[in-house]
Amino acid sequence: MSRRVVITGLGVISAIGDNVRENFSSLKAKRTGIEHINILQTIHKGILPAGEVKHSDEELLQLAGVSENTGYTRLALLGMIAAREAFISSGAKKGERKRTGLVTATTVGGMGGTEKYYLDYIEPGKTGDFVKYINSYDCGDSAEKIADSLGIKDFITSINTACSSSANALMLGARLIKHGRLDRVVAGGVDALTKFTINGFNSLMILDKENCKPFDKNRTGLNLGEGAGYVVLESLEDAQKEGKTIYCELTGYANTCDAYHQTASSPEGAGAYLSMSKALVMSGLKVEDIDYINVHGTATQINDLSEGNAMTKLFGGNVPKFSSTKAYTGHTLGASGGIEAVFSALSIQNNIIFPNLNFKEKMDEFNLVPVTELEENVRVRNVLSNSFGFGGNNSSLIFSAL
Amino acid sequence: MKAYIRGTGNISPQRTFSNDDFLGNVVSYETNMLFCIDPVYKDFINPLQLRRMSRTLRMGVTAAKICLLDSGIEMPDAVITGTGFGCTEDTEKFLLSILNNNEQHITPTAFIQSTHNTISGQVAIMLKCREYNSTYVNRGFSFESALLDSLMLIEEKNAENVLVGGFEENSVNLQTTFGKVGIWKKEQISSLKLLENKTPGTISGEGSAFFMLTGKKDEHNYALLNDLSMLYKPKTDAEVESHLNDFLRKNHINPSEIDLVIYGLSGDEGTDGIYHTIRDSLFKNSASAYFKHLCGEYYTASAFALWMAANIIKKKVVPQSVVLDAKPASEIKNILVFNHNRDINYSFMLVSQC
Repeated sequence: MSRRVVITGLGVISAIGDNVRENFSSLKAKRTGIEHINILQTIHKGILPAGEVKHSDEELLQLAGVSENTGYTRLALLGMIAAREAFISSGAKKGERKRTGLVTATTVGGMGGTEKYYLDYIEPGKTGDFVKYINSYDCGDSAEKIADSLGIKDFITSINTACSSSANALMLGARLIKHGRLDRVVAGGVDALTKFTINGFNSLMILDKENCKPFDKNRTGLNLGEGAGYVVLESLEDAQKEGKTIYCELTGYANTCDAYHQTASSPEGAGAYLSMSKALVMSGLKVEDIDYINVHGTATQINDLSEGNAMTKLFGGNVPKFSSTKAYTGHTLGASGGIEAVFSALSIQNNIIFPNLNFKEKMDEFNLVPVTELEENVRVRNVLSNSFGFGGNNSSLIFSAL
Repeated sequence: MKAYIRGTGNISPQRTFSNDDFLGNVVSYETNMLFCIDPVYKDFINPLQLRRMSRTLRMGVTAAKICLLDSGIEMPDAVITGTGFGCTEDTEKFLLSILNNNEQHITPTAFIQSTHNTISGQVAIMLKCREYNSTYVNRGFSFESALLDSLMLIEEKNAENVLVGGFEENSVNLQTTFGKVGIWKKEQISSLKLLENKTPGTISGEGSAFFMLTGKKDEHNYALLNDLSMLYKPKTDAEVESHLNDFLRKNHINPSEIDLVIYGLSGDEGTDGIYHTIRDSLFKNSASAYFKHLCGEYYTASAFALWMAANIIKKKVVPQSVVLDAKPASEIKNILVFNHNRDINYSFMLVSQC
């Protein structure tokens, strides 16, 4: 149980790039991936902004190395692309004698395929090419496709705790290693943009019609995004023995529940405060040791208020440097914890803090100003990453330099 | 890794919602899709809330409440659920509202309640439980993953009592959809005669079963959940057997010490063979039971089987309706639940006397 868990591989695909290198260069160049919807077929196309991965499904098939589409959804392909990058970058090879697991997360699962063909699915007697997508209906399909593409067999599971899903995936992955159940875990999450989510969030009236402005006084909502982010977790002992590149250590984590409302966070951020403070206790760090917070920062009225209040309560007048990267990628829901884990690891590896785009004026409720310009050559030893979701799920992760 | 089962709550196509009745009078269905028998929900949930809740939300929250009452634990240290399809009715309702109205005039209620973690979230809100909360959504590993997480939390001493449940909601649209990929039997059967037709496919079901797992010994406890194990896409029967042997060895138990095996026989001639193979090779001298003729096949059906195992140990009786053939031994000390879903997700749970 005393095993230390480190990150030895990173993989990401998002609106700002197909891989880690492209994402990193967009983050540094303050280049957002949020534009009017262009790929998803929806009445909101050309009107609502979102962080789409800039490839058609056919292009993603090629990127994922799939020769024939026997029922691959956009979501499964995004997951396969990012998980493979993480797997390869950790130096892993198929068929190695290491007990390897996949803990993945998604909120919409195969909805992208289902919403295209649903009326065909449910019409009795109707058949056709659409049948090949039926088995991708649920959340577990992408897990199987990712695991099978990497030859992962020892353990697979999927988590859906809404927008905190993939932070919880990293947490479970680390615990499986600490318990000695697995040697290596590919952990993270994936979500694809769908009509289901666009219209869901739109009906909740929390989508910004312009590019989102996290932690700004005049923020009016979030932009949705899509993508996937995975890390490879191993024990420190194994990673050192095998001479692996170690990006950082996962030193703290906590999952708590706001228990306030199905979709809204409590204004005072009770759950957020609990998850951050518990993660901090676990890491053994003091509040002043945190160099950077990659905040959940969706830019909705309630999230940023709730998260900011929780940060103020925990850190008092000395809130660490913080930024939301959601104005680059959009809110990628079940993928956000995974994508932001990759960004946090890059921050530590490069001693760099990514800016919070579109911020102009600080909120009235507290004295919090995010980092708005790229900060290079700053000391980043410990990063706190927050992910909060529907159902009141709050998860916080702490990544530390070795 | 082990924990005691301290309480249960099970809403299923049988009258299982009362913990006093243990499959006394089982119901037979003359249809290939099974739905739950409803308890009187307003005994558990206030009518105002009830009106806004979908079927699965009612079933889930009520099963959780029955389990809490049964266990005598008012505030668990974690709430964890597992589900394959999540909240089917609300997902379908929201999806159809988008498709039928060309994405216009959409209201958010069904969307809000369509999320897979709706039930774990609602239970937490109901209890004001701010502790660990998670939901697993991986087909035939959904409930098993939730159980594994619970056992780890207890072992880590991050929780003493964990409320853990598996739920699934059936629907006509799911039946039609998955009929097109050959999951269900083509001929209509009588559910209690599930194993009599040697044909492909099975019957669909649903259910919501919750458990209070605890690290604490107590005379109230039903049984001990010793351990569980999952096996993904085994290529051969030998792989299943070797995995199971490793699992038993790890738990220091011989196949001959298993008094009863609860098999996940689904009536599908294409995928039931492995149960017979394992029974013939390892469990010739153990009694055999089955359960999918009572609840149907669904991603979290193993939760029904775990409920059965816990009750068999606590009540010291194997209901006649679940006995496969040989008469069970007079005293059941160890039960193995062996289930698989579509030959992809295999799971094994070892349940013993406290």
